[in-house]
Amino acid sequence: MSSVARPDSAAAGVRQRPGVAGGVGQNVARPDGTLKVTGEFAYSSDLWADGMLWGTTLRSPHAHARITRLDLGPALTVPGVSAVLTYHDVPAQKVYGLEHADQPVLCDGTARYQGEPVAIVAADHPETARRAASRIAVEYEVLEPLTDPRRAVDPTDTPLVHATGNVVRHLVIRKGDADAAADVVVTGDYEVGMQDQAFLGPESGLAVPADDGGVDLYVATQWLHVDRSQVAACLGLPEEKVRLSLAGVGGAFGAREDLSMQIHACLLALRTGKPVKMVYSREESFFGHVHRHPALLHYEHGASRAGRLLYVRAEIILDGGAYMSSTPAVVANAATLGVGPYDVPNVSVDCWGVYTNNPPCGAMRGFGAVQAAFGYESQMDRMAAELGLDPVEFRVLNAMSEGSVMPTGQVIDSPAPVAELLKRVRAAPTPDGRPEGPASDLRDLPGGVGNTTHGEGVVRGVGYAVGIKNVCYSEGFDDYSTARVRVELVGGRPVASVHTAAAEVGQGLVTLLAQIARTELGVDQVTILPADTQVGSAGSTSASRQSYMTGGAVRAACRAIRARRPDLAALREGQVVEETIEWRHRPTVPLDERGQGNAHVQYAFAAHRAVVDVDVDLGLVKVVELATAQDVGKVMNPAGVLGQIYGGSSQGLGLALMEEIQVVDGAIANPSFTDYLIPTMLDMPPMQVDVLELADPHAPYGLRGVGEPPAISSTPAIVAAVRAATGRALTRIPVRPEYITGAGEPAG
Amino acid sequence: MRVTTTVNGERRQIDDVWEAESLLYVLRERMGLPGSKNACEQGECGSCTVYLDDLPVCACLVAAGQAQGREIRTVEGLADGDLLDPVQEAFVEAGAVQCGFCTPGLVVAAHDLLNRVGRPSDTDIREALAGNLCRCTGYEQILAAVRLAAERREEAVQ
Repeated sequence: MSSVARPDSAAAGVRQRPGVAGGVGQNVARPDGTLKVTGEFAYSSDLWADGMLWGTTLRSPHAHARITRLDLGPALTVPGVSAVLTYHDVPAQKVYGLEHADQPVLCDGTARYQGEPVAIVAADHPETARRAASRIAVEYEVLEPLTDPRRAVDPTDTPLVHATGNVVRHLVIRKGDADAAADVVVTGDYEVGMQDQAFLGPESGLAVPADDGGVDLYVATQWLHVDRSQVAACLGLPEEKVRLSLAGVGGAFGAREDLSMQIHACLLALRTGKPVKMVYSREESFFGHVHRHPALLHYEHGASRAGRLLYVRAEIILDGGAYMSSTPAVVANAATLGVGPYDVPNVSVDCWGVYTNNPPCGAMRGFGAVQAAFGYESQMDRMAAELGLDPVEFRVLNAMSEGSVMPTGQVIDSPAPVAELLKRVRAAPTPDGRPEGPASDLRDLPGGVGNTTHGEGVVRGVGYAVGIKNVCYSEGFDDYSTARVRVELVGGRPVASVHTAAAEVGQGLVTLLAQIARTELGVDQVTILPADTQVGSAGSTSASRQSYMTGGAVRAACRAIRARRPDLAALREGQVVEETIEWRHRPTVPLDERGQGNAHVQYAFAAHRAVVDVDVDLGLVKVVELATAQDVGKVMNPAGVLGQIYGGSSQGLGLALMEEIQVVDGAIANPSFTDYLIPTMLDMPPMQVDVLELADPHAPYGLRGVGEPPAISSTPAIVAAVRAATGRALTRIPVRPEYITGAGEPAG
Repeated sequence: MRVTTTVNGERRQIDDVWEAESLLYVLRERMGLPGSKNACEQGECGSCTVYLDDLPVCACLVAAGQAQGREIRTVEGLADGDLLDPVQEAFVEAGAVQCGFCTPGLVVAAHDLLNRVGRPSDTDIREALAGNLCRCTGYEQILAAVRLAAERREEAVQ
């Protein structure tokens, strides 16, 4: 059932279907691996076309301002410039949005966040385009930005960011007795800073005008079809004239759910009649995509003296920034998962997502669940301390399991091994203590080769956390994926091809879909065709849903082929068997006015143990080790599962200790990799991974989404370990050195 | 201006280079070698690491003119035809590649490390590759790949 975790031994215990090489459960290498190690893989920023132009964007330097004068003349006279476009040049719908169209394609006269696109330029060299953009004369009347999300919640207080009001969504969850009381009560206020997805491949793509008046767009995205519908609406073109193909994607993590340069490149291409390439710089990337919602969380937990949770009350405010993006879904996750993977008889959660003039926020790995987990896991440690209980014992005592009832009334109807995961990370071997004396390698100490300590003032701490995440789209959304599978005889042997629009963003879906086809069809040779809009929608590569959804669709299409032609080996040359299947998970329902309903499809769980060394004098932290246990239902590809768990854990480490977009009066103070720090190889500790395979009977192969849970429990576990080492409350993440030394910890 | 260099063993002469263009831009946009990656273009991420006269550099921080008369080796020049370098092979096998945007730079940096240190410790590897950011993998499988490549190179020598 479990495997201790090294890339080479993780396949232990995974049964392989005999006779199918490269099938489900095996350590199959990526089909694009060789191209990626030789530099031949074509990412969206690598594209090139004859006679192409370069596009660039002029953005508002102000978080809130009215444009009083806009003169394009100086830009148009720059030699090499082909087009300069503004709001007035958007031919059809002027606004777009993932769930609700509220974001202007180009500034409508009022800039609502710093970085809002004002004008776009096409020229023969990227530097020419940038210089021309800088010559556009814009005068602004600077307005006071609304930057405090607490003000945005109050309907009587604030200036409005949008005429519809500042509250995007207020979700209420009520379960049991709203007035429940308890012998032991702990309260806490927590804050989560704004994290960036920081994918390495910048926003980029190539738009090519087509002879039929339409456009072909090659782009890195998470969902081709939802991009297409937004692009087509703004261009005023029928969808069939807007054809999207997935270019190589350099990571996503939620940041490519919303549009960035898609409409802009198409507008410039259609205006100039030439291919237009746009590539954001790293600085522009910080303004060009949504970030993780910062959160303010107030919690009150009540428990019996024996350690049983009796109630949880929570108020959570999520700062959505200037435009809606996926804020409603983030609110739903934070609220419905807001008490964590615990049995709580009485729950009262109020969660708000609001508009402000801060940078727009939307999807990032684990969205909603990440913010809530920092709140509820901090509270669980506080309550355990108050009760005098071991923090793991207290969690185990209250851990939910199959049959538990969520705060939404939804009954968990597949394995939920929360207690088991906690016990496993606690039982994992602990790393050795630091060797005493001057022989210690500086590189293993907090501060590293900065040579800030030789061990003096260094204290070790251990912390635990567990988290919960929903998988797939929720609340009644018609969530489906489409797969077209074709089998034909080539050179006397059956060969399969799989065509979907699912976005491979690095996670390894292309490997997994081929594995499924091999297992289901018994065919060795499988080709995964490039993803594009010539086949039906696959839905988004988000919510840990593609293995479940497009995996499910490919399995269904293969089974339809087998039903029609049980003996594929008997195919004759020239014969083709093809099936296209639109596949859905079981339906969900919207939440009612008390936040009740079977809104989610599947739940996934992971636990972490963190061991840290803290230099308590300087506030520097070295994570010594992370141990994690996660139930994945079914290991489809061992190396792929481990890669997701390692990677998610590192993003959680980043949020715990270093990653924050610092926003001052609505302006980003650190839009670069010099000042926005993501974990390096020296920051990441060795990891022990324990993978459980408890099948979900409702899911294809019993699998459970893997990508997000590791990003949820790693953060609170690390912060708990730093608390254990320092005795500090540490109510805000990322933890800064001054919180540890006591020079500047916020009240909590 | 005109820039003449040797890239992956081949003499290249590029005309009309604007003085402020980086080596990275010239490689990617003028020489048809986009393997070196443009993740930050400010020397923080290592995705554009190439050899400049046997020294690994961030191509984004090298002005194109500085490459005049020098030898450059990029990720495209590591394999011997279809035969991958042991570092490349190990990255594929160990699952060290996800989105792959950091991979070209990491492959060059790891190649350089193993040229200098035959059997680096884990801490050596972490220190040597700390200038190469990866956002997908958490580095664990990259570490495994470098260990594997070191073993293979050692076996090949014996």
